[in-house]
Amino acid sequence: MPNAAVPLSWYLILSAILFALGVAGFIFRRNIITVFMSIELMLNAVNLSFVTFSYQFKQVDGHIYSFFVMVVAAAEAAVGLAIILTVFKNRATLMIDEVNSMKY
Amino acid sequence: MTALIFIIFAGLAVFCGINLVVQTHPIASALSLIGVMGSLAVLYLQLGGEFIAAAQVIVYAGAIMVLFVFVIMLLNAGAEATTFQVSRFVKYLGAILLAAFLGLISLVIQAELPATEGVLFGSFQGTALDVGRKLFTTYLLPFEVTSVLILIAIVGAIVLARKEV
Repeated sequence: MPNAAVPLSWYLILSAILFALGVAGFIFRRNIITVFMSIELMLNAVNLSFVTFSYQFKQVDGHIYSFFVMVVAAAEAAVGLAIILTVFKNRATLMIDEVNSMKY
Repeated sequence: MTALIFIIFAGLAVFCGINLVVQTHPIASALSLIGVMGSLAVLYLQLGGEFIAAAQVIVYAGAIMVLFVFVIMLLNAGAEATTFQVSRFVKYLGAILLAAFLGLISLVIQAELPATEGVLFGSFQGTALDVGRKLFTTYLLPFEVTSVLILIAIVGAIVLARKEV
């Protein structure tokens, strides 16, 4: 099959799988940086859905939405990593289990 | 050809995604995330998103991941210490249940989505011209608001990362 078309649902399934993996990483990882990277994985999965639907409707709006998601992810990464730096400066740890003083 | 490229890069993306979750060292996770982003950029190109594929590589894999790697290096983050012990049985059961859950998601999407014509490379091209034209007419206000958001993020990052906080 030299030019077989890929079903659109495959892209959405890939997006769902990547999102689920991101959720799993968010829940099971203890390192705050890895948790943060799992969030980025989820954002990427959603971007894939946007671009797929953009193809489906033959409109570029989905591309623009995923562009905005990228911008928000960049802002979030800048602020989030600054917060991580501050937490590390005050607590000298990156494990989220040890940053629990609001729990009691 | 389209299907072959999809299978290769979707497999790479899923492999790197799993690797991101199971690796204990953050730098290995960061490298896996770059792999996911690169594979997704190829899939965006396949779906006709030229601009977004370029932005994916430049902004995500370039700028954001450099920031991550920089922070990992700065904080000298080592391998993650396990704070809770789980038995081997629970680990295998979790892997099986996760695989079953992903299979269920796939089945539901496959069943619920109406049958459409498949993706063929080149049948839709959202060129940078189209994206730019729409971005600066229909989406002009969100675009300008985004610039304010970036400004706030810059100020916030500087305030948070100051010496005397």
